[in-house]
Amino acid sequence: MKVLVTVKRVIDYNVKVRVKSDNSDVDLNNVKMAMNPFCEIAVEEAVRLKEAGVASEVVVVSLGPQAAQEQLRTALALGADRGILVQSDENLESLTVAKLLAKVIGEEQPGLVIMGKQAIDTDNNQTGQMLAALTGMPQGTFASEVKVSGDKVQVTREVDGGLQTVELTMPAIVTTDLRLNEPRYASLPNIMKAKRKPLETKTPEDLGVAVKAHTQLLKVEPPAQRQAGIKVTSVEELVDKLKNEAKVI
Amino acid sequence: MATLIIAEHDNQSLKGATLNAVTAATQIGGDVHILVAGAGCQGVADAAASVAGISKVLLADNAAYEHQLAENVSLLVAELGTDYSHVIAPATTAGKNLMPRVAALLDVAQLSDVIRVDSEDTFARPIYAGNAIATVKSLDAIKVITIRGTGFDAAAAEGGSAVIEAVTAVHDAGISTFVGEEMAKSDRPELTAASVIVSGGRGMGNGENFALLESLADKLGAAVGASRAAVDAGFVPNDMQVGQTGKIVAPDLYIAVGISGAIQHLAGMKDSKVIVAINKDEEAPIFSVADYGLVADLFDAVPELDGKL
Repeated sequence: MKVLVTVKRVIDYNVKVRVKSDNSDVDLNNVKMAMNPFCEIAVEEAVRLKEAGVASEVVVVSLGPQAAQEQLRTALALGADRGILVQSDENLESLTVAKLLAKVIGEEQPGLVIMGKQAIDTDNNQTGQMLAALTGMPQGTFASEVKVSGDKVQVTREVDGGLQTVELTMPAIVTTDLRLNEPRYASLPNIMKAKRKPLETKTPEDLGVAVKAHTQLLKVEPPAQRQAGIKVTSVEELVDKLKNEAKVI
Repeated sequence: MATLIIAEHDNQSLKGATLNAVTAATQIGGDVHILVAGAGCQGVADAAASVAGISKVLLADNAAYEHQLAENVSLLVAELGTDYSHVIAPATTAGKNLMPRVAALLDVAQLSDVIRVDSEDTFARPIYAGNAIATVKSLDAIKVITIRGTGFDAAAAEGGSAVIEAVTAVHDAGISTFVGEEMAKSDRPELTAASVIVSGGRGMGNGENFALLESLADKLGAAVGASRAAVDAGFVPNDMQVGQTGKIVAPDLYIAVGISGAIQHLAGMKDSKVIVAINKDEEAPIFSVADYGLVADLFDAVPELDGKL
């Protein structure tokens, strides 16, 4: 079975973003970029399925600028077999990404698609579900455990209040939650080997998908700043402040 | 112009998050209808009918919708949705699972985690873990939206008298089945609805020490939360996690104990009215958002605080 994994190039999760002074967007100039943390978990899960003999090939796909090749190379160093970059410098919204991925799936025919549950830049949490709708596949979102048996996959999902397990008929789409696994680090020899693995570049035109805007970003602002607080010196003072000043207890 | 709200429920009771979505819908304007899709869920429809501001309840009561699997319910919502200008749901795990599937079936975008309604087509939502607020205009004919509960007050659960209309359409995609669930049991208030939350982080040391927070929480009528570090260390179950990837909360009082205050945690709680931090590291970033900070060993401070309440 072929497994398809998607990875997104995003701002490194440790970077504190700044809003541009003209409020047009956040400032991404000279900011460290990295693979979205949930995508790392997706790559890890796919590689583990291959190591377990469940998956025969792991194909990794990214959509975005030329520079997203770096994230594909990282995924290849982690164990993916080959990469596909759908290159576009335009702003690709979730629905467009899902449409492009649906075309890639049509060409590749994977048994399982593993994606992150959300990207930490837009925080949308949409693409996996949209792709599932467009391909008519079932979806196992927010997965903390994935078990493949025959043509079914059992997915344990993190839901409000606990865990839920569903069984999906493959081909299926799984989106990863944080506790699915602990991603490995790429070793230097594997990083070197990854440079020779195949990486194919396509464009939205090649895939026959028009990039259409469904939303318009009007402005981006910093969130309201909290008033500076005070440090109390004792529990007694804290209780007094909460009772008499903040009046919350 | 009319809005369809997808009710969040467990076939027994209407979940509180739905009431916040009702408020958002009334701010958008126009008629507000609510869809209750489930099995044996007449009671939920009755409860939804008495919510203030709702004019019609659509009840789709069928075994195919029992566990509200997205594969089945999305087909129903996409069919009904074409009659509406807005289709909204709370941004809970159920809403996040279902709504993008609905949006794609309708060939429209989805606006996730909306915190403010500016007009019928313009909304605000946080991006980059809440470090920026984007104002976004939808260009689609049907606006599919999930609502962040902490951005809107809850609508009154009583006072309405909507008509209940049965929906007979049955959609069973036949590609997914419910196997089972394991729900964490708690007598304390639900995390996302609690007015006081006591949260613990890695500094708690182990799961047993959370008993300190539970005792404090019981005195305050509070819910108990946790940082990702505490969940990953196995101290507490993951549904207690507050943060970008866990629950978003905004209680009147949030007490962070042994939590350093990483960006991802702050994303889940920085809209709380009053934040208290108890941490022995005076450089911890949590102190930059705390209204009241106490630099102390939590194992001394928490029992003392408990004793003084």
